[in-house]
Amino acid sequence: MINLVPRKEIPLRLTLTTTAVAVGLTLLAGAGIFGILGYDPLAALYQFFIAPVSRGYQVADLFVKACPLIIIASGLVFSYRANVWNIGAEGQMILGALFSGYVALYWGGMPAPLLLPVMILAGVLGGLAWAMIPAILKTRFNTNEILVSLMLTYVAALFIDWTVRGPWRDPMSFGFPLTPMYPDAGLIPKVDLPVIGRLAQLHWGVVGALVLSLVAWFVLRRTMVGFQVKVMGDAPRAGRFAGFSPALVTVLVLAISGGAAGLAGMVEASANIGQLQPNISFGYGFTAIIVAFLARLNPLGVIIAGLVVALAEMGGDSAQIAMGIPKVVTGVFKGILLFMLLAGETFNRYHVELRLPGAAARAAAAKETGGA
Amino acid sequence: MNGSSRPTTPSQGTPLLAATGICKRFGDFTANDEVGFEIAAGEIHALLGENGAGKSTFVKMVYGLLQPDSGQIMWRGEPVTIRSPQHARDLGIGMVFQHFSLFQALTVAENIALALPPGESLEDLSARVRKMSAEYGIGVDPEARIHNLSVGEQQRVEIVRCLLQDPSLLIMDEPTSVLTPQETEQLFDVLRRFSKAGVAILFISHKLEEIRALTQRATVLRRGRNIGTVKSASRSSKQLAEMMVGTSVGDIDRQARPSDGTVALFAVTGLDRAPETPFATPLRGLSFAARAGEVLGVAGIAGNGQDELMEALTGEWTGRSHGVITIDGQCITREGPSRRRQLGIGFVPEERNGHAAVPGMTLSDNALLTAHSLGSMVDRGVIRNSVTRQMAAEVASAFDVRLPQENPMASALSGGNLQKFVVGREISRRPQVFIVSQPTWGVDVGAALFIRRAMLELAASGSAVIMISQDLEEIFAISHRVAVLHDGAISAPMVTADTTAETIGLLMGGSVPLDNAGAGKGDAA
Repeated sequence: MINLVPRKEIPLRLTLTTTAVAVGLTLLAGAGIFGILGYDPLAALYQFFIAPVSRGYQVADLFVKACPLIIIASGLVFSYRANVWNIGAEGQMILGALFSGYVALYWGGMPAPLLLPVMILAGVLGGLAWAMIPAILKTRFNTNEILVSLMLTYVAALFIDWTVRGPWRDPMSFGFPLTPMYPDAGLIPKVDLPVIGRLAQLHWGVVGALVLSLVAWFVLRRTMVGFQVKVMGDAPRAGRFAGFSPALVTVLVLAISGGAAGLAGMVEASANIGQLQPNISFGYGFTAIIVAFLARLNPLGVIIAGLVVALAEMGGDSAQIAMGIPKVVTGVFKGILLFMLLAGETFNRYHVELRLPGAAARAAAAKETGGA
Repeated sequence: MNGSSRPTTPSQGTPLLAATGICKRFGDFTANDEVGFEIAAGEIHALLGENGAGKSTFVKMVYGLLQPDSGQIMWRGEPVTIRSPQHARDLGIGMVFQHFSLFQALTVAENIALALPPGESLEDLSARVRKMSAEYGIGVDPEARIHNLSVGEQQRVEIVRCLLQDPSLLIMDEPTSVLTPQETEQLFDVLRRFSKAGVAILFISHKLEEIRALTQRATVLRRGRNIGTVKSASRSSKQLAEMMVGTSVGDIDRQARPSDGTVALFAVTGLDRAPETPFATPLRGLSFAARAGEVLGVAGIAGNGQDELMEALTGEWTGRSHGVITIDGQCITREGPSRRRQLGIGFVPEERNGHAAVPGMTLSDNALLTAHSLGSMVDRGVIRNSVTRQMAAEVASAFDVRLPQENPMASALSGGNLQKFVVGREISRRPQVFIVSQPTWGVDVGAALFIRRAMLELAASGSAVIMISQDLEEIFAISHRVAVLHDGAISAPMVTADTTAETIGLLMGGSVPLDNAGAGKGDAA
C-alpha cells in the first residue's frame, strides 16, 4: 500500500532536488520522443540545449530571449501567490507595446532623454489597464479572472493586428503590416562594455529585467505588500481577519502582473523590433506562466527558470535548422516540463510511505518476539 | 498500569467486540499504541481522552475507515479485518459522527433513503421511521426538511439512520458537544433504551460528568495508550480527569461577582445583519455591553449566530446594519479590524487554522498578522523581522507555547499550543477589550486551564473580556455574567452566580423566550 503523508515543512534542498529530477526526466522523455520520431536522441538534445549556447555571443542572445520571460514571470509570481490566476499576460504585453508604441510614433518629438522614460511609463500603464478589466469584473461581479484575462488576450491580438494594418501602418511599407520605425531616442540602447564592447544583441532591458526580479523578490519577502499577497493566497480568511482587503489585493496583484507584462511588451518592441508589427510576442505571456511555476513562484528563481526555458526555445530553432526537427517539439518539451514539475510538487508536499501487504503483521510479530 | 492491552473488568461470555494490541502510526506520530478494548452486548462504554489522545483514530479503525498497522479485532469472538464502513455496517456496526452528513435541502426520509439499499418506497420508509421513533421516543418527523431542524433533531436523524440498519454496536463521536443540557438528557434516555434492547454503545467524550451519568465502564486513552478501563461510577470526575491528563488537575479561582459600578467599556446596540446565504443565521437587533473588569460569557449552541456576531465584532463584516458598536464611547461600527485593534481591542476567532493563524507561515509572521497596524513591526512598508521574531518568542515563553524548533510554522504546533499562541498574541498587548470565540475548543485540559486563567487575569487588570462559548462548563467556570445567543438574538446578561445551567440551557434551546432572561434581577446592561 502506498500512503502519501503530508509534510509539515518543505526543505529548500528537497525543492531543488525535485526540480532537478523533473528537468532530468523531461530530458529523458524528450530523448525518447526524438528516438521514436527517428532522430538520434543525443544529437537532438545537443542541438536543443548545448548548440544554442556554444559561442559567447549566443549566451548574450539567451539573456535577450529570456528578458521578456523574466519580466513577465516576476509579475505573475505576485498574482499566483495571491491565488489570483492571471492567464492573460500575453494580451497585457501587447497592450504595453501598443501604448508605448503610440508614444514613440506620435509623441516622438519630445526631448530625447524623456522619450524612453515616458514610453516605459506608457507600456506599464497599457498592461496595467488591460489587467484592470478582469480585476474590476472580478471584484465587482465575481467573474472568473482566468477566463476574462485569457479571452482579452485574443482581443488584444486582434486589436494590434488591426492597428498595424490600419490607422498606424507606415505608408512607405509597401503594404506590409508594419508601423514606421521608432525614432532613435525611442530605442533601448545595446549594452556597451568598456573592454569587450557589444555583446551581440544584449540591451539594457536585460539589465532592467534582472533588477526587476531582485526588487520583486525583496517586495514579496520583506514588505507588507508581499505579506498581504502571501496571506491572501494562503488563508484568505486570516487575511480579512488581519484587516487586509481581498478586493484590494486582487486589484494590486493584477496591476503588478499586468504592469510587468506591459513593460515586457515595451522592451520587446523597443529593444528588438524597433516598430510595431502584428506579432510582438511569440507566446512569451504564456511561456512566462511555465517560467513562474518552474521558479516555484520565487522571483529570484524566475531568472534561472527564464534562462532554462529560453534555452529550450532557442534549441527548437537550432534543432529545426540543423536536423529538421519540427519547431512544435519545443511546445511538447514545455508541456512535459510543466507536467514533471507538477508531479514533483506532490513529492514536495507529501512524503511517500510504501508498505507491502503483510508488512504490518510481520512488524508486529517482530515486535512481539523482540519484547518477549 | 500493568497489562494495558487487557481490560481490567473480566467480562462474562464472549465480548461483542474485542480489540487487542491495536497500533496505528501516521508518519512519526503514534496515534494508537497497543490499545486494547472490549465492549459487551448492551453495554454503554465510554472512550475517554483529551483531543489527540487517539480516540477518533481508534473508532475509525473499528468502523473500517482506517486499517490498524498491527493488532487484532475480534467481532463476536471471530477475528475480523474491517475493510470499509460498508463492511462495518454489514457486520452490525453503526456510527454517528460529530459532523453530520445530511443534505440540508432534503427531507428526513429522503436523507435516510440515501443511506439504505435501494428498493424501499419513501412511504414504507417513513412508516418505519415513525414506528422506530415511537418505540424509542426519538421524535423525528420523516417529512421534515433538514434545514428546519435544530442540531439536536438533526443528530436524532443520524441516529435513526444508523438504527434502521439494525446495528448491534453504535459508535457515537462526541454527540453532546452540540446539545443543550436538556437535549443531552433526552439523548441519554434514548441511548439507555437502546442499551436495554441489547445494542452496545461506544460513547466518545471528554465530558466527565456525562460519562459518569450515562456509561457503565470507561476506557481512558492518553497519548495513544490505554491507561485503563474502570467502572465509570466508581471514580470521581476529578479522578477521571487525572487519568486523562496524567497529572493532577488544578482549579480556577474566580471571584463570583464583578466589582459593581464599573463602566461599560464595549457596547453593541441594535446590531442586525441580513443573512448572506440561505443557511446563515441573521442577527436580530443584538444589544449587550461588557464592563471593565468582567468576563461576559455569550452562551449558545453552534449555528445560532456566533460566526456572524464574531465577524461583526472583529470588523471583518461591516455591511449594512442599523446597529452601533462603541468602545469607550467611540463609535467603531464602520471601522475594519486594523482600526479596531489600534483602539485597543484584541480578537481570537474560533478557527485557529486559516482564520486566527496562517498554518503555512512562521510564528513571527503570524505575530505580524494582527500587529501590523500597531507600532513598531513595520517601517515604511518594510517588515522588521527582528521585531516580529522577538515578539513571537516573547509570546511563546510567556504563554508556555512549546516550540519544536525556533520560529516554527504554525502548522508544526499542536492545537493547544497554537491556541495558546493566538490567545497570547492578543493578551500580551494588554487589550482594553478582549473578544474571543470558543477559546478552548479542541484544546487539551492543561492548555485550557492556562488560557482561562490568562483571560481572568486580563479582566482583573481592568479589561473587558467577551467570551463566546458553546461550553457551558467553561461559561460557568470563568464568566461573571452570561448572555444567551439563540437564533440570532441575545438575552439580557445575567450574573452567572445567580443562575443555573438549567436556566441557561432552556434559553439556549429556545424553549424559554430570551426576554425572560434575568427577569426581576434588574441586571440588564
